[in-house]
Amino acid sequence: MGGKMGVRENLISEVTINDTTLRDGSHANSHKFSKKQIEDYCQLANKANISIVEIGHGNGLGASSLQLGQSSITDQEMIKSARKHLTTSKLGVHVIPGFATIEKDIKPAIDAGVDIFRVASHCTEADLCEKHISYIRQSGFEVWGSLMMSHMLSPELLAEQAKKMKDYGAEGVIFMDSAGAYLPEDVATRVEVLLSEISIGVGFHAHNNLGMAVINSITAIKTGAILIDGSVRGFGAGSGNAQLEVLVAVLEKIKISSGVKLYPLLDLAEYAEEFIINEFPKIKSESIVSGLAGVFSGFIKPVLRVAKETGADPRDIFFELGKKKVIAGQEDMILEIAKNLVGK
Amino acid sequence: MTLIKKIPVGIIGSGNIGTDLLKKISRSKYLECVAFIGRNVRSPGMQIAESMGVNVSSESLSYIEKNPNLCRIIFDATSAKAHQLHAEILKDLSIKTIDLTPAKVGLMCVPSVNIEDCLNAWNVNVITCGGQASIPIANAISLVHPNPEYIEVVSTIASRSAGKATRQNLDEYIHTTEAGISYFSGAKNVKVILNLNPADPCIDMQTTVFAKVKNPNITKLKFVLDEIILKIKSYVPEYNLILGPILDNDRIVIMVKVKGLGDYLPSYAGNLDIINCAAVAMAEKWAEKWV
Repeated sequence: MGGKMGVRENLISEVTINDTTLRDGSHANSHKFSKKQIEDYCQLANKANISIVEIGHGNGLGASSLQLGQSSITDQEMIKSARKHLTTSKLGVHVIPGFATIEKDIKPAIDAGVDIFRVASHCTEADLCEKHISYIRQSGFEVWGSLMMSHMLSPELLAEQAKKMKDYGAEGVIFMDSAGAYLPEDVATRVEVLLSEISIGVGFHAHNNLGMAVINSITAIKTGAILIDGSVRGFGAGSGNAQLEVLVAVLEKIKISSGVKLYPLLDLAEYAEEFIINEFPKIKSESIVSGLAGVFSGFIKPVLRVAKETGADPRDIFFELGKKKVIAGQEDMILEIAKNLVGK
Repeated sequence: MTLIKKIPVGIIGSGNIGTDLLKKISRSKYLECVAFIGRNVRSPGMQIAESMGVNVSSESLSYIEKNPNLCRIIFDATSAKAHQLHAEILKDLSIKTIDLTPAKVGLMCVPSVNIEDCLNAWNVNVITCGGQASIPIANAISLVHPNPEYIEVVSTIASRSAGKATRQNLDEYIHTTEAGISYFSGAKNVKVILNLNPADPCIDMQTTVFAKVKNPNITKLKFVLDEIILKIKSYVPEYNLILGPILDNDRIVIMVKVKGLGDYLPSYAGNLDIINCAAVAMAEKWAEKWV
């Protein structure tokens, strides 16, 4: 950090906010959002002037499955419910190739009115996104690349992967701290390396396993990120994301414009607290362990469920998952590991 | 020792898949590779073939057109686009063809499930690696529970086992595997997911099959599954059931692991191995009838 960051600090005057409450929060309520919840939330988010409202299954389009949890309503129903009420805010979705395909998922999402797509892969696998990113770009829609579990790569290797996404047509690249494993200096280094290696927008997505989500997000903005994810009350997988109301308030204090209106945002958070959030994200023991083990926050719910069923210690499961370097989508490993731990 | 005359076969496509097939065929009691055909004689596959004393050519399919009586079976490991062209020509030459590309021209073939149905086909395709691993299981589920409501297949493969073609054709992989599972199980709804895992050392291919059925009968399923796994193991020795069948949250869960034979491809590439093993098993079945 140091001097270099101080220089940048004077240059940054605005940032785009991407609200992931209805997408990352889907992990937290086991993918059970209703049409009414999506409609009401979007109406209020639109009033608060949030730039982008991201919705959908926690793992994005086409991810509703037994492996990851089935959504109560279809992707199409979710998109249509949100679309009705987002007049000034943009409607965003998350897409992971391997779950979603262009034919089955992306084309219908375009037809239903999605404005912005974020095509994601595990941090080492950017080339899986080539066709999807190019297709969306060529269709004339806004597309960003997302690199998940980015803490597993060095900043230089991360930049190589980001460069691929740029070459496919991504307008920017978001690096995700899916395991909530970063400290502020890790984030600063990555933003700086990404900015110097790929001259396109950089975004950051935080998780709060080690209590760093807000400061990591602020650090990302100060070092040059132009797109930041957050969710109201931090509602997201595991210990949650950067708490959006806190983030926007801090941005006001340091005079960086997010375009979000604070009071309506606070109202939105109150609404969500009553009608959306089934359980507040807390930094529970398992979250700390998953952050330390470098395991995707979305694993917490299924790990606890399997631990309860099998009698295995969830902390042991996490460290085993960490050792095996499992990634999102490999939830089937949980049961196998738990069974091995308890000796069948 | 009785000497049986082996059936002459050819391989088109000298990449990883083709080279691994060559090694597998060299062990076969029924098959002999008499032509290894690519586009570049200096490629590693071509050099291996030469060192094994196999006739090589860089003339692609025209080599077969010029020598129409050389092979009775062709393995096509080129690309979907190329196979579209090759299929017709090979049929006109009365050469049986096993398609290892995603072209989907011929009959879908999963040896443990429908090898008998494929005996008279001119062109069969071996679907996808995930298809070869999961379809026998989906089929077993449907034998015990006709018309399952929903089948989901999640495969995880080592990143390093997925070459450029696999990576660029993820969507095609998903669509083709889904079509295969519906066809062989009669399931109304099907979903296929593929994960690439970059862990080092590389993980073996793993496939999980989930199913929602009316009145699950695990005892009967175990029985049917054991039988089918025995059949698969006859051509994919390292195909192993690692979990299940169990009932978890009202859904059937079965998990298998596939290790490769480590012929040309490393043993973690069970995904590539299983598709080649299936192709060789089919060809041997044809050959067995002819010798």
